[in-house]
Amino acid sequence: MDISLTTIDSTSLLILALLGYVIGSVSGLVFCRWERLANFLSFGFATVGGACGTVACALSLATGATAAPTQVLLLPPLIPYVQFTMRMDALGSFFGLIVSLLGFALSLYSLGYARGFFGRKNVGVLGMFFNLLLLATTLVVMADNAFFFLMAWEVMALTAYCLVSFEHEKPETRSAGVLYFVMSHIGTGCIMLGFLLLFQASGGYGFAGFHALTENADWMASGSRNAAFLLFLIGFGIKAGIVPLHTWLPAAHPVAPSNVSAFMSAVLIKMGIYGMTRVFFYFLGNPPMWWGVTVLTIGTVSAVLGVLYALMQHDLKRLLAYHSIENIGIILMGFGAALMFLHHDELHVSHPLLASLALIAGLYHTINHAVFKGLLFLGAGAVLHATHTRDMEHMGGLAKRMPQTAFCFLIGAVAISALPPLNGFVSEWLTYQSLLQGFGTTNSLVRLMFPIGGALLALTGALAAACFVKAFGITFLAQPRSEAAAKAHEAPVTMLLGQGVLVAACVFLGFCPSQVLKILDPLTQQLTGLQISQQLTMANGLVLAGANPAGGTVSTPGIALFGLGLLTIPLGLWLVFGLKTKTRIGPTWDCGLQGLTPRMEYTATGFSKPIRMIFKALFRPRREVQRDYDFSPYFTTTLRFEAHVEEIFETRIYRPVNRWVLWASRRMRALQAGSLQAYLIYIFITLLLLLIFAL
Amino acid sequence: MNLDVLSIGLQTALLLLLAPLVTGCIRNWKAKLQNRRGPRVWQPYFDLIKFLRKDMVISEHASWVFSAAPYIVFITALLVGLMVPMVTVQAPLSLFGGVLAVVGLLALGRFFMALGGLDPASAFGGMGSSREMTIAAIAEPALMLAIFTVAITVGSTDLSHIVATAQQPGWNLLNPAHLMAFAALFVVLLAETGRIPVDNPATHLELTMIHEAMLLEYSGRYLALMEWGASIKQLVLMTILVNIFLPTGLAADWSATSLGLGMVVFLGKILLLSGAVVLVETANAKLRLFRVPDLLSAAFVLATMALLSTFLFH
Repeated sequence: MDISLTTIDSTSLLILALLGYVIGSVSGLVFCRWERLANFLSFGFATVGGACGTVACALSLATGATAAPTQVLLLPPLIPYVQFTMRMDALGSFFGLIVSLLGFALSLYSLGYARGFFGRKNVGVLGMFFNLLLLATTLVVMADNAFFFLMAWEVMALTAYCLVSFEHEKPETRSAGVLYFVMSHIGTGCIMLGFLLLFQASGGYGFAGFHALTENADWMASGSRNAAFLLFLIGFGIKAGIVPLHTWLPAAHPVAPSNVSAFMSAVLIKMGIYGMTRVFFYFLGNPPMWWGVTVLTIGTVSAVLGVLYALMQHDLKRLLAYHSIENIGIILMGFGAALMFLHHDELHVSHPLLASLALIAGLYHTINHAVFKGLLFLGAGAVLHATHTRDMEHMGGLAKRMPQTAFCFLIGAVAISALPPLNGFVSEWLTYQSLLQGFGTTNSLVRLMFPIGGALLALTGALAAACFVKAFGITFLAQPRSEAAAKAHEAPVTMLLGQGVLVAACVFLGFCPSQVLKILDPLTQQLTGLQISQQLTMANGLVLAGANPAGGTVSTPGIALFGLGLLTIPLGLWLVFGLKTKTRIGPTWDCGLQGLTPRMEYTATGFSKPIRMIFKALFRPRREVQRDYDFSPYFTTTLRFEAHVEEIFETRIYRPVNRWVLWASRRMRALQAGSLQAYLIYIFITLLLLLIFAL
Repeated sequence: MNLDVLSIGLQTALLLLLAPLVTGCIRNWKAKLQNRRGPRVWQPYFDLIKFLRKDMVISEHASWVFSAAPYIVFITALLVGLMVPMVTVQAPLSLFGGVLAVVGLLALGRFFMALGGLDPASAFGGMGSSREMTIAAIAEPALMLAIFTVAITVGSTDLSHIVATAQQPGWNLLNPAHLMAFAALFVVLLAETGRIPVDNPATHLELTMIHEAMLLEYSGRYLALMEWGASIKQLVLMTILVNIFLPTGLAADWSATSLGLGMVVFLGKILLLSGAVVLVETANAKLRLFRVPDLLSAAFVLATMALLSTFLFH
């Protein structure tokens, strides 16, 4: 009785959240002439909505939503098959938690950030679309029906397009927006086809009907199941930004306003992950081996290539966008391993325990990535707000000018580099554990994928650390490299609060894994039929263990506390030896020159040069140096330097495809002569063909 | 419980006291092999005490990150040391983390050391940071794969567990898989501790420095912590190498005889490995920076072959 009461509470809270978004969106539009009011109302309501949604989803997860997910009819069904029903099951609630938590932090941040647009852009419209995006995204994870899902999905894609194109006066933004629009719709097309296949088999659009398909032996043996897998993989993969379908992501994420970039990188691409989880683990049933192998391979490739390309960027937001590809790859490594463990046939037994572990690793990384990537984009937004540039070569010295932002960004950087004791480390630790233990599950050569995948995950982690040394070091440390950076100022308090919420989330997710695992219990119950948080925690939840107790343990709170305890040693040394020492501030060693200038500092491009040289087969770096001199080449008067890195997927895949499509459409143009008679003939022929086909 | 506290205390002391000695021995023996007299083996201790007593000069461009880095480097090295079995089979903090935490914590220390190198706005520091992070990035897969080879055979990432399994009769160092994994880890050890042929710890030529370049702006107490942390890290990596592959002599219980024996054997093994490092450093020239990836990819290939042969022999 008690439980049902709280679930009712969580659904009504969720509806309250949705109402908040609706009111926020309307008020943004109504008051768009009064930008201060519009800003306050729209983002204020979004903040409230986000807070309600967070509490609702957390409640629903904490009380074990799987028992009997309550279905809520939002609108009476008007059209057959289309039912606007919502349900909060464990999976939906988990992703709803991500959406709402980020929605809360980002709206709080936007209250201050959107002020930067006052007088330049229409803030009311920004607020309206932002609220609509939050609304649509929440509905995507709560939809209980494929039609409703697709509608919400489409609204989400369209509002995101409008937000990406918010600063449409820049040509770069417009072309990125169009690229996003096209790619997103190719994805939606694939997802639609996938749902049609499921509809064909189940005879309805309800998610419960799709889930029941796993008991249908004919469907399980049919080839359409594999086709559906591929269609969903491509469709959701485009949204998630897997390699090689990622090209829109590094183009679209940086050009949007920073609060929107944060939402896109932290939450929107996770909707692809949500779709994959829902379909692969809930609808499609026993996965053939090659599904898992495919997903694991895609994950590994995305992780390594994502981080390698990230290293080559000196646009701070573009760098972060490439890291999203990397992290999606890490999530998919967990999912791929989980699919491989779930596989069973005459020769193989499934390993639900390991599958749950791998799935948890992926899902844990999903929420982790949402939190730290959101945080990093907010930091980048604050830097952009202060310096009006995204180019790291013009930053530097910001740690002294924006200390709070620098601290928040550093926390995010440590977390994303998977360094202990923060949250990125925890989820990657779980991923490593599932990969290592996966080696024993099969005797085929496929098992070599696990350690190799682990080694590449290590490469990814180390490269990510290098990349964030660069991102933080060049942006925040040393001397300012431009006038704008020298005059930078700390961000307003709402922006800092928004970052603070996410810092707290990073620390919580890192230090209290046992709480998070408990929240994930209903999820694994729903997807693999096991609850394993008990097996993964020891010593009152302070120690995290692999599914196999001898397999290894780790304790992030232990590491942090013990590390603090060890601080007594350097302090003791200081007390014994150094009490009388003094500290002097002096200039940096400049080799006897007349002082260091910012132009002598290491640059972002220089920092990543060794890696560019090592992986030159991939990057194909090109550089042009043009120098003018009067009498001797050693005394140049002007110097022009240009360096490029080839984006291999764009030049080798997308451009040829693009050319081919244009060529085909030019040929097709002959059909569109503009004469009405010709069109009538086309219609007639089509009709005839259809009739013949029907016969 | 008391035993735990005791073992933590003893191992911390061992780490703090032994690490400079290993550095000193390597320096002294290297000098001897090169027909120089060289500094005494105790010299690193005097250096540390001298640094601790000196005033500090901090760059005007540096922020708080510069001051935080030495503490983080020192503490992560110590934490890692406590997770590794040195004299006893059971490492004091093995519950807090195994191999993965060791690699992660070392990376945390390196992360902050590299930031500390960038902070004073000197080009040398930036160069050191850039190179250090690059070399670490390409050494990491080899390190992980070599460790995975062992971890998979044992079925655990817990170092104490690995060592305990390695002590059982069925384990054989001469197993080709282990030999190759050992070789791979040895190369990674040279790279991670900044030894020739990857980096030259004795260089004063700024353009060839990697590790030293990041420390250029550190002085006094901070320099002491950085140097000491680097020594501890070196000792820990050497310990991992010798104790995983040659676990003979590790004390399984807390009796005085087995502890004493364990201590003597441990010292012997570490000094033997230091000798090997000295020989490698003397017999080789430093590689050009862009030749280092070849060396490390050789280590990666070795580790892959180790993995494949584990696969064949089971």
